[in-house]
Amino acid sequence: MTLLRIIESLRARSATLLKAGIGVLVLLVVLDALPFVVDKADAHTAAERLPGFWAVYGLAGCFLLVYFAKTLGAAGIQKGEDSSDE
Amino acid sequence: MSEFWIHPSLVLFAGAALLPFLRAKERMIWLLAVPAVVLALVLTMPSGEFGSTAFLEWTLVFGRVDALSRVFAVIMALMCLIGSLYALKVKDTGQHVAAWTYVGGSLGVIFAGDLLVVFLFWELMAFSSVFLIWARRTPESLAAGFRYLLVHTFGGLALLAGIVLYGAAQGGDFTFAAFSTVDPGLGVWLILVGVLLNAAVPPLHAWLPDAYPAATFSGSVFLSAFTTKTAVYALCRGFAGFEILIVLGVIMALYGVIYAFLVNDPRRLLSYHIVSQVGFMVAGVGIGTAMAVNGAVAHAFAHILYKGLLFMGCGTVLYMTGRSKFTELGGLYAKMPWTMFFTLVGALSISAVPLFSGFVSKSMTIAAGYEAHHYWAAFLLMLASVGTFVSINLKLIHSIWFGERRADDETWEKAADPGWNMTAAMGVTAFLCFIIGIFPASFYNLLPHAVDYRPFTSYHLSETLQLLAFAALGYYLLRKKLEPKAVTCLDLDAFYRTGGRGFAWLASAPLQAVDRFWSALHEKGGIVPLMRSALGVGRFDNRYVDGAVDGTAHAVRVLGNRLRPLQRGSLQQSLTLAFAALAGLLLLFYLLA
Repeated sequence: MTLLRIIESLRARSATLLKAGIGVLVLLVVLDALPFVVDKADAHTAAERLPGFWAVYGLAGCFLLVYFAKTLGAAGIQKGEDSSDE
Repeated sequence: MSEFWIHPSLVLFAGAALLPFLRAKERMIWLLAVPAVVLALVLTMPSGEFGSTAFLEWTLVFGRVDALSRVFAVIMALMCLIGSLYALKVKDTGQHVAAWTYVGGSLGVIFAGDLLVVFLFWELMAFSSVFLIWARRTPESLAAGFRYLLVHTFGGLALLAGIVLYGAAQGGDFTFAAFSTVDPGLGVWLILVGVLLNAAVPPLHAWLPDAYPAATFSGSVFLSAFTTKTAVYALCRGFAGFEILIVLGVIMALYGVIYAFLVNDPRRLLSYHIVSQVGFMVAGVGIGTAMAVNGAVAHAFAHILYKGLLFMGCGTVLYMTGRSKFTELGGLYAKMPWTMFFTLVGALSISAVPLFSGFVSKSMTIAAGYEAHHYWAAFLLMLASVGTFVSINLKLIHSIWFGERRADDETWEKAADPGWNMTAAMGVTAFLCFIIGIFPASFYNLLPHAVDYRPFTSYHLSETLQLLAFAALGYYLLRKKLEPKAVTCLDLDAFYRTGGRGFAWLASAPLQAVDRFWSALHEKGGIVPLMRSALGVGRFDNRYVDGAVDGTAHAVRVLGNRLRPLQRGSLQQSLTLAFAALAGLLLLFYLLA
């Protein structure tokens, strides 16, 4: 099956994919800093005009949400499956 | 009413009524034909007001067709067709009947021109959809269905009370139109409570992640689309510009994604994402500008498709493997590649990845937030987008299809792509998610207001790609923390579950003891003396009063004893005999008269 072969092929090259992913991250920030590529006139606030603003926001947001959720889970939101009252 | 108009709900109700009488092959054709007719009806419907009926002192309007009702009706009818295709081979006819009645209720609300008709169909939705939960026939689904029904009964009561108060304040005018944002009155606030409950706005949301994962694999596909989005329609119609909705919408958007990180059931995760995604729509309605309402409507349309697709993907995993926990799945791409692919399309759509439907709908609401200077709301909605991407694309997709194989051998053996109808339903929906994402102009033409918004600008692309790519980096760095765990999560339903257990204890322990004591006291001090005195009075009456007059009481007692054998103890038999006797008497009366 073609789809399966594509997936297997990508998984076999996971190290290369990781390097390509890092390259994409760098490229996105570089492109964001080039005014002739990304027109910051559409930005709504001054902060958004900083190069890589949304990159920092995405990374920090992910950390914030994951740690906040884990803290809530540890505070008693998460219970063992045996404690279900269904 | 000059033009012929037929209510699409009627077609669904009639179709549902005939379903039990069809054989398997005919039923499969019928299951596709009826929703196709409904979709055709909705697509070709002229604008105007139809189906006006006098009722007591009011005029009920069953068919108000305008741009807003049309776009919602189109997506509901389309989802009905897709859902019916997905469930085509479900042999339990009751599920199809419940699903179509539920969709009919949703279309009834959408086309309703007044609040009385809204209430009628609103309740129909609640009481028909619960059967999609009960149809799974597990103790969990039975309990979840009852809780679902109880919560919706409360919402329905709030809605009805609000409608009555609002109608009284308007001098008997129940027209369903935009409510005034200036001093709306208690009636409008109560209507809002009823609508917000169906939209699953915290703290009135816990019924949704409780009930939807308990439904049948195909039932949850219907459930994911209709209740919350019908509520979004009602919000768009009546509550645009109610600024409290911005706050509630943002809370929803974040609340849903935070819980999505914690749960261990894919369909519960998706349920929390309904809460989150509907938050974007609720916030859009609260912002209230033409662009924001367009954004809410566009996102509701796109959401019904991609959320249906995600529920179909996870429902297929449940259907094929019998498993519904991340900790019992993993690595299934090798066994279910096409299901994985279609679910991935749904995941990319909900995450607003460019070229997929969410990108052209969600961003419109956020941009409207910026334009209306609600910066805090817009930034927090962007934060919720980060959570959506991480929990759906990375947690859900990774944990089911790519992560470590946690399935036992039996589950692994059973895992496979599903039959043609389920694959086709997912394929068509994935295609629509993609088409909307690459041709947004045609999609925007469906919206209720003129659209002045371009999603494909260099800034918007850069913003979205940075946000998502770096969120993915965050996930990669924190991936160990997001490994699935065998847990359940407490939510606000714990309050009424605990309250229910408390009430059961109160009823079974102290109240029952008081009742027993009171019954004993009543029996010894009241019943026994009363019976004795009644017996004495009866004997006196029978022997001296009746005997001295004409003996009627004695004759009735003798007749009663003779007729007693006819009383079999079965209510149906007694009723049949009673109606037969009544019919005989009537016949005798007419013959003699």
